[in-house]
Amino acid sequence: MPEPARSILLTVNGALMTVAPGTTVAAAVAMAAAGTRTSVSGDPRGPLCGMGICFECRVTIDGVPHQRSCQILCAPGLSVTSTERAAAADTGAQRRP
Amino acid sequence: MKQHFDILVVGAGPAGVAAAVCASETGRSVALVDDNPAAGGQIWRRGGHLPEQARTWLARLDVSRVMRLQGWRVVDSPEPQTLRAEQNDGAGSDGNCADFGYKTLILATGARERFLPFPGWTLPNVMGAGGLDAMVRGGLPIAGKRVVVAGTGPLLLAVAAHVAERGAQIVAVCEQASMARLARFAARMLREPGKLMQGAGYGLAMGPMRLKTGCWPVAAHGSNRLRAVTLRQGAKQWDVECDHLACGFHLVPNTELPAMLGCRMAQGFVATDAMMRTSVMQVYCVGEPTGIGGVDLSLLEGQIAGLTAAGRTAQAKDLAPRRQARLGFVRALHNACALDPQLRKLAADETIVCRCEDVRYAALRQRTNWREAKLHTRCGMGPCQGRICGAATEFLFGWGADSVRPPVFPALVSSLANLPDGSAGADARCVAAGIFSENSKETA
Amino acid sequence: MSTAFDVVVAGAGIVGAACARTLAERGLKTALIDAGVVGGGATAAGMGHIVAMDDSPAQLALTSYSQRLWREMAPELPDDVEFEACGTLWIASDDEEMGEVRRKQGVYASAGVKSEILSAEMLADAEPHLQPMAGALLVPTDCVLYPPCAAVYLTREAVRTGATLLAPKRVIDLGRGRVRLEDGSELHAGRIVNACGADAARLTPGLPIRKRRGHLVITDRYPGFVRHQLVELGYLKSAHSVTTDSVAFNVQPRRTGQLLIGSSREYGAEDATINHTLLAAMVARTQAYLPEIGNLQAIRVWTGFRAATPDKLPLIGPWPEDETIYLATGHEGLGITTSLATAQLLVSVMLGEAAEIDAAPYLPSRYAQRGAGANGPAQGVHVDAAEKSHA
Repeated sequence: MPEPARSILLTVNGALMTVAPGTTVAAAVAMAAAGTRTSVSGDPRGPLCGMGICFECRVTIDGVPHQRSCQILCAPGLSVTSTERAAAADTGAQRRP
Repeated sequence: MKQHFDILVVGAGPAGVAAAVCASETGRSVALVDDNPAAGGQIWRRGGHLPEQARTWLARLDVSRVMRLQGWRVVDSPEPQTLRAEQNDGAGSDGNCADFGYKTLILATGARERFLPFPGWTLPNVMGAGGLDAMVRGGLPIAGKRVVVAGTGPLLLAVAAHVAERGAQIVAVCEQASMARLARFAARMLREPGKLMQGAGYGLAMGPMRLKTGCWPVAAHGSNRLRAVTLRQGAKQWDVECDHLACGFHLVPNTELPAMLGCRMAQGFVATDAMMRTSVMQVYCVGEPTGIGGVDLSLLEGQIAGLTAAGRTAQAKDLAPRRQARLGFVRALHNACALDPQLRKLAADETIVCRCEDVRYAALRQRTNWREAKLHTRCGMGPCQGRICGAATEFLFGWGADSVRPPVFPALVSSLANLPDGSAGADARCVAAGIFSENSKETA
Repeated sequence: MSTAFDVVVAGAGIVGAACARTLAERGLKTALIDAGVVGGGATAAGMGHIVAMDDSPAQLALTSYSQRLWREMAPELPDDVEFEACGTLWIASDDEEMGEVRRKQGVYASAGVKSEILSAEMLADAEPHLQPMAGALLVPTDCVLYPPCAAVYLTREAVRTGATLLAPKRVIDLGRGRVRLEDGSELHAGRIVNACGADAARLTPGLPIRKRRGHLVITDRYPGFVRHQLVELGYLKSAHSVTTDSVAFNVQPRRTGQLLIGSSREYGAEDATINHTLLAAMVARTQAYLPEIGNLQAIRVWTGFRAATPDKLPLIGPWPEDETIYLATGHEGLGITTSLATAQLLVSVMLGEAAEIDAAPYLPSRYAQRGAGANGPAQGVHVDAAEKSHA
């Protein structure tokens, strides 16, 4: 594929990281050694199906909760927060302008 | 806002790609909708080894005139001959939602893995077999990691081979089917030289790998993430330390969209005729939703439907005998992957079965049917809409699912505010005759 | 299994379950029958809002009484009933509606229901995601719960005090002291309670009940997005109309953090398929009050059937055409709220005792006397609730 292999800079749980193009947000979260979400009874969870069906990979991206990270590619400047605690803190939907 | 096409194809796995390409090459207007960032579905997922067959078809797609709606997820059919889809690229979109009109629809929605619950299966780094493969192709580092692959089906060996190629240390590959069952299936494959080559191709990449038959995981251990798995084979049971468990028990068809559109089912799959037409006028279904049969069958079915939908019936009929010959493979695969009844006993009372709502096995085994379980325990009421727990409870308890209502995937609330003609209702103007809102100053 | 009972209750929705519990508590040998899942009908489809509703004095009396009973029961309700005393905010979008708010406060006060008027600023504090509005009436004693589990709880209590649950068993015929089931068996009882909701007229022909379909949407979890049940003041006008399709803003926060979005009403719809036009109108109306709600994920959409009577009051008591049949049905959108009071009234009337509130407005005899047809008054004839309150 004719794509320049430029690193992508994004933030996961407040920490800057760089990933290769074509990396999913789910993989980036895993590289940051974080689970993606906290279950309703408080247990850590990570991706299960890898194809957008199980909803275990949900994270908050740029303030929008419940994003399926296994189907979203990392893009420059994304701010990703994992675990449901983050979703609870942001009770609405703050869209990027 | 609504775009119209002669032929709309849903799903860009092998079946959908073949259908879209063949239809488009006849000159019809064709659109291909798929919710992943790139075409290929699961088995041709970018980011790793792709067989030449895949590269050829995907290249043919790239040079075709198929309108590519990559990164769009179908959620509803608000009126006949129309599908509503949402853009799937997370933050960065405005939650775009659009309606697509079609004369003919070809559904190639593929399949998902079946997951069975056992103690510890909800730990991070326990994934599906296809799930781990997808994550690795999506950039998950796997070099030097210890991986156990388990469950059932040809997918296990393919995944083991691929992640081994990427530097993973395969600790064990555990197939739940007995050696006897596998031998029958292998015999079937020997009559299919092409299949055997494919299997051999994977085998060559594997290196020394221990395939255990009649073997499955009974527990996963760890506190915040997986650190070990207990495996059982016959009377033997032992622990292995590992970083990842890739575990999937064969495939279940993604029949939700066909069901919502009213397609007749047979034994849990979408019923079609020899030209892949469903019971609904102008709706075809191809690939795994019609029967789990692998890539070659999917390609044939996609071509048959694409050509038939575009009016090239003779060309389509030429392919029918090859499809017929392959249907035996579907049955053989199904039988080979039949699940051992002991797998029903893996869950303990406190094992979570519904992962979205944390409903445990103890709460479910008192219920008598899916609807009762759903209403009284919330099982299946989470965002996966029962896709994960439904496949499990069907095997564990024999429960059938509810009828399918839109949205067929979770959708933005704003997408529901669009009227069937696609216009936005977002100004709270209720325009249809006979509908009024009681705040008089807002009446249309 | 015995086939002779004092009372057989047909329909284990929340109303039937409440009746069975109260009957069993009073020592009557009771059977409770349902063709499907306990609480699986309108009980499962509705919002679970326990609300004092002032469409008429009789409605206000019934709902405020029943709400008090729910609050008394709250401490013993199991966790899965998800009982929350979150209160209701009746939203006023302009000064004219604020006038209505003040009037409403007076009406509630007359029935002993306390409420508080919120200014625009106070409302914005209470519900930050609301579009700026003129103000609201807060009724802090209103509550919400998850109805199917409430029906299961009431059923379990009934069984614990001696009732027999027969489910799934379909009733094909009831009357003259006999209930016939689809499997061929028969039950005998001095009294039979038809608590079958939208299906009640199938078993007791001539009931003035029409099905009134509604849509609901439930979102994923967004804790704190909305804190109270939010209802527009125009809701009553929507519920009030007997002939037209309508929508009204009505959003509920569930304990899970999910939002339940309603409400719609249509006549003439017989099946469960989604009406996309009406759904769009309902959601668009919701966005007018809560603009950001459009960005939330909707997990499910469904429909359900309310059992509607022409005067918006339920049918509680003996059915004059068959001395063995009692009715506990026709609750429209207030079945969850009034289930407990319905049970008390039904049992009082059955045993010839004085009830805590006047049972007369809800007696089915008000329809049998007027000779109303099977579907209530003719189309387009609006039965004024005020006239009906002393039937």
